[in-house]
Formats: sequence, structure tokens, C-alpha cells
Amino acid sequence: MAEGLTDIRTRERKETIMKILALLHTENNTLPKAAFEVLTAAKRLDGELIVAILGSQAAAAANSIAGCGALKFLTVEGAAFEKPRYATDAAAATALLQAAAADIVLAPNTSRFARALPGAAYRVGAHIDTHIIAITAQDGAVKAQRWFYRQRILSTFSRAARPWILLVEGGINAPFEGTAGSANAEAVAVTLGDQRTTINGIKAPAADAQTIRPDAEILFVAGAGWTKKQKDGQYHIGKAGSLIQGFLTMAKASLGSSKSLVDLKSEGQETLSFMSHMNQVGQTGSTPRHQKGLSTCCHGEEPHAVGWRFITERRALNLDANCGWAQGKADVVYIADAFEVVAKINALLG
Amino acid sequence: MSTGFQIVVCGSLVPDPLQTLEPVTTPQGPGLKNETMLPSVLDPWSAHALFEAAHLAKQVAGSKVWLVSLGPKAKLQQLMMTVAQKVPFELVAVDGSASGFTDAHLVAAALADAILALPGLDKSKLLVFGGCASASRDASVTMQLVCERLGISEFFAGVDEITVAADGSFRVLERIEGGQYLDSTCASAPAVLAWATGNLPEPPNNPQIGMLNMRGVMPALQKAKPAAIGVGGLAYEKVEIPAQKRATRIVKDASTDDIAKEIVEWLKA
Repeated sequence: MAEGLTDIRTRERKETIMKILALLHTENNTLPKAAFEVLTAAKRLDGELIVAILGSQAAAAANSIAGCGALKFLTVEGAAFEKPRYATDAAAATALLQAAAADIVLAPNTSRFARALPGAAYRVGAHIDTHIIAITAQDGAVKAQRWFYRQRILSTFSRAARPWILLVEGGINAPFEGTAGSANAEAVAVTLGDQRTTINGIKAPAADAQTIRPDAEILFVAGAGWTKKQKDGQYHIGKAGSLIQGFLTMAKASLGSSKSLVDLKSEGQETLSFMSHMNQVGQTGSTPRHQKGLSTCCHGEEPHAVGWRFITERRALNLDANCGWAQGKADVVYIADAFEVVAKINALLG
Repeated sequence: MSTGFQIVVCGSLVPDPLQTLEPVTTPQGPGLKNETMLPSVLDPWSAHALFEAAHLAKQVAGSKVWLVSLGPKAKLQQLMMTVAQKVPFELVAVDGSASGFTDAHLVAAALADAILALPGLDKSKLLVFGGCASASRDASVTMQLVCERLGISEFFAGVDEITVAADGSFRVLERIEGGQYLDSTCASAPAVLAWATGNLPEPPNNPQIGMLNMRGVMPALQKAKPAAIGVGGLAYEKVEIPAQKRATRIVKDASTDDIAKEIVEWLKA
């Protein structure tokens, strides 16, 4: 029977509809917030949605988002995929990408996927871009946005090649809220090669020493000024440490550091004992996302520009009224002694 | 371990972080204003990888370090004047663009080709180091693509520590979310490690190491193979520096009490 006009239109429409894959992973047997955020971004694109999940309890996780409107759910779970590891995660992601055969793949830019998905992209002949902060689609043309040169230059770009994998930054999209149900997830088989890497576990600082809190509303950034000679000509590093830790506890803040401060430790100089390179924000550090940021005793571009790109409200506390780095970058700069002000803040918060 | 590692560090140049960067359009795609004139440094995370490589080579007898660097030859030569004084290595130069706007897939192909062409390469001893991201493209993708192109199955991202055991196995600490580390053990080389900052300070300049390295640097630069590195399949629609200037309010001559009170009100708002 000859193909009718309606059939042709239906076929053409089907041929032009994008297949969108939301590729997610579980964390502690459930989907992390970043996965729900990616789901929101994926649903915003005009196309057929497929959801793929890897990790422990992936099928249960699929049930938790059964009402998201996906055409189908694919999962990989099992002992080999419980912990993040390149060899197993890349193999699982490859199998899921092949099973989904999507045009556009959105995935969270978590450490697990940032490690494994570029390798999986290579295996399936896909292209991959990371740290995506915005995605738009119109008539099948997808455009993405990300920063280059460490948050200095912003670019909007696209690729014609498919599949195209986009790792989406956290905190950009609202988490998806939907109903649970039965997803009838399809388990995808994974072929694993030799595994030479054994995961020993997660090494976390002691609960009272945990100073990096990605979900905190406030980021407190300490600069090297805390470790310099103070007004009385003496060093007060111990006092600086207790003031900063007091603030972190009472304000439930996350701790960032300038490069010069964390470098003191590797150079063998006395510094704040709880500070490590993990706290560093800026050029060779992180670029955390928090609503508010208070920088103290900082002088330099890293805390004020690069590391603070995603801090919405910024205030600084230092002794230099002419600090060129703070001017134009912070909303308010207080010219005062940080030791005195933070002690007073802690008293008021307590 | 008696035979040592072959440690290949991938690292190139980026504009000095203190330089003001201004994007421009070139026939090859986006670029930076006066890009050829901008002072450069070794990419910071790659630099950490290089220092860790040299440290590891010192600990494991029989190890050797190569630095595979993709960038414009003339700029690489300038860069080597400082980098070569830090730690001992043999340079392998690849002549091509070091722009952050180039496609990581093309860069990875050029780096992998250069590694595979190393004389005497023994994959069973191979550790490939690099930065966990560059300060230019900042994609955290290139090293995984190099890993795949080399046919290596073990990859570690955001590495801060490697500890080698007597049997050649090594323990790796990788940065993950929330200030935590993923702690794993790899039974043997080959592996690819994309470094975060590690734990070592920048080594002081050592003119003797510099002289030793420079003997190999000039011939390496002369032998540098050209690589056609461009934007590849990327179509840039807009490249800009968004206006970020804030109207900063400077609070001078206020009492400690008033400042603290204002900050607390802001924190609680």
C-alpha cells in the first residue's frame, strides 16, 4: 500500500525527533541531587526521553522517577558497579549509550561521570563537552554554554556530530520533582575486561574536620593574611584557626582558601592545620557554587574573580581599601581587622 | 620494583593567569587578542603532574620522565627556559595550537600519537600523567581520550597522591565531592593519572638541571612534528567576557561592632 501524506508526515516527524538520553548514576543506593537536575534539563529539550542509570540499586532508582515521562528506562547494576571506578564505569556507560542510541546525552558533571564518560564517549564514537551551564534546543539544533580559560571567557557553541554527550554542572537546574512508580527498567548487560583496580574505600576527613560543604549557603574564604604578623608584630595562627573554625561551625559555612595560604603548608611553613589544597578556590582550585561568600585577608585575583565566579553575593574583609582585585568584584568591602571582626561575628552568631 | 616506570607527562602552555584575556575571532575560530605575545606558563595542573612525575622517578630506580608538550614551537622554547630548570625530563614537542578553543579530541589524538612514537616505549611500565584539566580549555576530557587511544584501561582523575609498593602496584587518592578522596589500588602499570595539585611544592630553579635538560630541548623542538589542531567539530556562536563589574561599596572607618553586626544581618537574611 502506498504511503499516504499523513504517514509521510508522521515518518518525517519521527525521523527528526531527537532522542535524548539522561544518563545518571546512583550514590548511596539512590539518585543524587545532580541526577534530578539533569532530568529537568533533559525534559526541557524537545525530544524522546530515555533514562539510563548505573550503580547500586539502579532499578529502584528508576522506579523513583518513573513518572518523568521517559519512553524507557535502562539500568546497569551489580557488585562491580557499586563503587566509582574508571574501567567498570566506562564499560557500563558504553553499554548504556549503545543501548539507548541517543542523539543527545545529558549527564551530571559529578566526579564519577567526569572520570568515566570521556572514555565511554570515545568507545561509542561520540563527542563530549563538560562543565555545561546552559543548553537550548530549537528545531533540533542544540546549543550549549560553558566557560573557558578558568571562568574568564564564556562561550556558546554547538556540534553537528551525534551522539553528543554534555556533562551538566550542578546547581544550574532545579531538581526534577515527579512521581514514583514502576519503571519496568530494562537491565543492560555489560562486558567487563580485566580489572586491575581495587577500590579501598572513601577517605573522608573526620566529621569535625570536614570543612568543605558543597551544599552550604555560605562560602568563607581565608587568605594568607591570617598567617602574617598582626598589629602587635606577632603571629597568631592558632587564634586564626579557632576563629575560622568557630565561624564555620556557627554559620554552617564551607571553607575556601587562597592559593598562597594552602601553598604555605607544602612549603613547610606553619599554617592552619585544617587547611589543604582541597580547600583552594581559583585558578588551580575549585569554583564552588554558593549563595553568599565572605573573603577574609585575601589579596589576589583567585578568590575574588576566578574562584568566586559562581558566588552570588560577595563581601570581603581586608585591610586594603585600594585592593584592586576586590573593587568591582565584591558587593561590599569592609576595611577592618579580620581577627577582631570575625571574633565579634562569632559572638553574635553564638 | 627494579626496572622502573616510563612516566610520560602531557602538559602545555597557557597564558599567565595574571594576564587579561580578550577573545577575538580568527580565521581558525575563536582566539585571544595578541595570543602570540601573551606571556605563558606551564599549565598549572600539568606542572603539578610533572613535579610528581619527577618525584616518583627519583623514588623508583630506573624510571624516566618525558614531557610531551603540544604548542607553538617558538612559545614552547620560551616556556622551556623556566620549566627545564625545575626537574629532569626529556622533551617531546608537538608543534600546534595550544588554544583553549581547540577540540580536545584532536589534541588527544596528537598526544597519543606522540606517546606511541616514543623510542623504546614499554606499555607494561608506562604511567601517563597530565593535569586533571587545563587552565585554557578546562574540560577534563583530554587525558581520558589519550588513555583510550593508548588502549589503557586504568584511569584516575583529580589525583593528589600516588604511593608505589615494592611489587609495582600503586595506591592512588583521587579527589571526589565534599573534600573526600576515592582510595584505590592499581595492581600494575600501565595507567593514566590526571593530577590535581598533588602535595609537592614547586621545585626551586636548578641551573644544573636546566643545562642538562636544554641539551635535549633544542633538538626536540627542531624535530617537533606539526599537528593540525583546530576547533574540529565545534561551531562557536558566541565567545565573550560577560560584564561582571559590580558597584563595590567600600566601608571604611566603621567600628568593629557595626561591621560585625552588618555582616551577621547579611548572613542571616
